Order: sequence, then C-alpha cells, then structure tokens
Amino acid sequence: MIRFEQVSKRYSGGIDALTDLTLSFESGEMAVLVGHSGAGKSTLLKLIPAIERPSHGAIIVNGQNVAALKRAAVPFLRRSIGMVFQDQKLLFDRSAFENVMLPLSIAGVSPRDAGKRVRAALDKVGLLEREKAMPIALSGGEQQRLAIARAVVARPAVLIADEPTAHLDEACARDIAMVFRDFHQVGVTVLVATHHANLFAPFMTRRVTLAHGRLA
Amino acid sequence: MKNWLRAHREALGVAGRRLAGTPVSTLLGALVIGIALALPAGGEMVLANLSRLAQYNAAAPQLSLFMATEAGRKETGEVEARLRRHAEVREVRFVGREETLKRFKTGPAMGEVIDSLPRNPFPDTFVVIPQSNRPEAMERLRAEFARYPKVEHAQLDSAWASRLDAFLRLGHLLATFLAGLLGIALVAVTFSTIRLQVLTQGAEIELSRLLGATDAFIRRPFYYFGALQGLSGGVVAWLIVRAGTYLIDTPASDLAALYAIPFRMAPLPWSESAALLAVATLLGWLGAQLSLGRHLRVR
Repeated sequence: MIRFEQVSKRYSGGIDALTDLTLSFESGEMAVLVGHSGAGKSTLLKLIPAIERPSHGAIIVNGQNVAALKRAAVPFLRRSIGMVFQDQKLLFDRSAFENVMLPLSIAGVSPRDAGKRVRAALDKVGLLEREKAMPIALSGGEQQRLAIARAVVARPAVLIADEPTAHLDEACARDIAMVFRDFHQVGVTVLVATHHANLFAPFMTRRVTLAHGRLA
Repeated sequence: MKNWLRAHREALGVAGRRLAGTPVSTLLGALVIGIALALPAGGEMVLANLSRLAQYNAAAPQLSLFMATEAGRKETGEVEARLRRHAEVREVRFVGREETLKRFKTGPAMGEVIDSLPRNPFPDTFVVIPQSNRPEAMERLRAEFARYPKVEHAQLDSAWASRLDAFLRLGHLLATFLAGLLGIALVAVTFSTIRLQVLTQGAEIELSRLLGATDAFIRRPFYYFGALQGLSGGVVAWLIVRAGTYLIDTPASDLAALYAIPFRMAPLPWSESAALLAVATLLGWLGAQLSLGRHLRVR
C-alpha cells in the first residue's frame, strides 16, 4: 500500500536525511519507526503526504507515485492521509470542536454531516465533553488526543504520527498508544515515529529502525 | 454546484467573521476607503447638478437687452419695433420694469432691500432669441443691438453657460483623475490589510495546506474579505455623499432662486450608487488578488 523505492532525500545544505531507502507497509499494518534523532523518521513520514519531495526514488501510495504528483493533486492526496504533527499544530483561537471540523470544511463535507463526524471523532479519543473547550484549556494529553481526533475525522485509510507521545507522562503516553492501536484494529494503516517504542511493544507491532537515513 | 455554492458561502462567512472580529480596524478601513471614494463620487454628484443647471439655460441661447432707466415708453416701443422687424431675430419677449420689480419683491430675502430703495431700480428688458445660435452670429447681433438708442446694455446670456460648460468639462476631468488616484489608494489599502491578514492567519494557512486545502480554498476568504471591505467603504462613501447632498440642498436652491431658477440638489441616481458600490467591491477584490499573489506564494 505504501512503498518506498530507492528513496533518497537530501536537504539543501547537503544534509542527507534518507539514503537509498527501500521499504513497504501493507494495507492495515501498524508500524513504529524508531531510531536516533536525525535518523530520518520525520522525513520518511513527511514524504508520504508530499510535505517533502524526495531527491531520488519513488514513493507509491495507493498505486500513485507521490514523488511525481502534480502540485494541484497534492491536496487530494493529503485528504486521504491523517496526520498527527510533532508540534500538533492546533489552532488556539478555535474550540476543540472547530479544530476537528477543519479537515471536513476543507474536504467540503456538508456542515450537518460534519457535526456528527466531529462528535464521533471526539468521542473516540474521549474528548466529547470538552468539545467547546479552547485548546489552551486542555491538558497536554488532551491536546494530543485532540490532534488525533482531527487526523482521523475524515476517516483516512492511513494515519501517520510524528512523536505523538513526546512531552507526555507515562500514563498519558500509554493512553495515546492505545488510541493508535484502536484505529489499527478497525483497519487503518498506522505509522508512528517515536522514541518510546516500548509503549507499542505490547501490541506486537512491526518495528522499523532507521540509522543515518538507512534501514538498520 | 451545491458544494461550490456552499464553499463560497462558507468563505464569505469566514471573511465576515474576520471583519466582525476586529470591529475597530474594520471601521477605520471602511472610513479610509469611504472618504477616499466620497471625494470623486461627491465631485461627480456636484458636477452632475451643475450640468443640469447649465442645461436649464443653455438650451435656448438668448440675448438680453437692458434699456436705460430714463428711457420712455416711446423709445422702448421703437426698439421693440426694430427688433421685431429684424431678419435674424426669431422671437422677442418684453419684460417691463414693473413686472421685474414685482418678481424680485416676492423673491426670498430681496423684498426688504427693494422696498428700501427710493425708486424702481430695474430697467425695461427685451429677451431676444436669434435665428442662429452660432456664437459669432450672436456676438454680432449683441454688438448691433448695443448701438440702438437708449439701450444701456446688451448681453449674451449663453456666455455664462458656455463658460460653465468649459468649467464642468475641466471638473469632470479632475474628478476622473481623482477617482483614478483614489481607486489606486483603495487597492493599496486592501493590499496592505490582506497582507496583515495573511501574516496573522499564517498558522491556519499552513495547517490548512497540510490538511489538504486547495489554493482556492485558502484564497477565497481573503477575496471576500477584500471585497467586503471595499463594499463597506463604498457604503460609507455613499452615506457621505448623501449627507453632503442633504446639507447643500437648501442653500443651493436658495441661491438658485435668486436667479429665478427652480433647483433642487439631485442625489446620486440609483444606477450611479450601484456603480459606486460595485467599483468599490471590485477594487477591494483586486487589492486582495494582488496582495495574495504577492504574499501567499507557494514554495
């Protein structure tokens, strides 16, 4: 479903983030990406929704080579992928409900359907009672769950998350890991880059280790 | 189609909320644009009214002959006879001095002044409409009539109208020039407000892109923002011009009455009001367009 073929990514300044990487993830698979800081985990995830473009190689998502995708087609690729960003990127001038609504407005879902789906997504991450809260009023764990709700509200087939448990205490982090496991169990392909691979160990997920931009 | 309409309605809603969210700067923006647009719009309104005034008299160019006040009935009669025989004269109308006196007495403000005069200051007058209304022919007639005995003064009544006409053409030119300049100012104002908007909405724009928003989706609210701001400026301009019309009306018609001209200030007609609002909206949209092209460039 997601296939990296001899992918290299060199950032301007000559920094090689990924070198000749070949790797694939099955549909419905859950995998954790581990490795030291700067190993290329974030870059690998960013290549999938074409946030970054590879210097060489092909990235096939749903049979489409993302590396060669036209600019105008990128938004539609991104709508099929749920993303949890390292820095969450919540909008602090909007309520929890409105934050989760954003992907649906972008996709042009009618407001009536959207409302139901937003509540369903908030319910799945256990934030239904906090729908009117502003993000600043939420705890770190709640903010992270809000970011996950926003990532899954459009029911993407793929969910990618970059360090979703960073800055969270042990209990919260375990909680978040469970949320990802739940989505995996309903058939979503889940890719998580993390320093806390042990959190996911109980779920017997596949572990992909990167070192200096190569598989280790 | 339904989706497209909804997308636009939502963008309009977002733009409206952004405007409503910063009421003070919205109001200031509308005032700046409104005042800038009120100048050429008001100028056009005044010029249109003056044109009406010019047409009132310029339609039938005429000569006025004022007899000397000491001229007697006989002398006046002779002049009238000569005028009526004249081949180049189409029409002659006699306005007696008593009649003129009566008219001015009933006019506003002048009655008391006239009552205080020892005798009737007005002369007998002939209003002559010549066959030809070519300026040189009229001037020749004027010179001829001025030499008639006991004719104190002969004047071309169309002279002021043609002067006014020239003045109005100059005025229109200036108003158009002003409109062009201030239109650019409007675009510049929108340009910079949209720039600020793009800066403050930076996080949301970036996030929306990551969540799969198309360029059109991101730009739409800004277009509406610019258009709404232009429109609100247009409304302010219209209100300023309307208030101006209202304030000038009474003094202007009083003044015109002294010249025996029935005159009321006409407000901007509906078609021009609509054009004012449309142009303001369009210029706002254009400002947004230019600003987005500059500030929302994608890597």
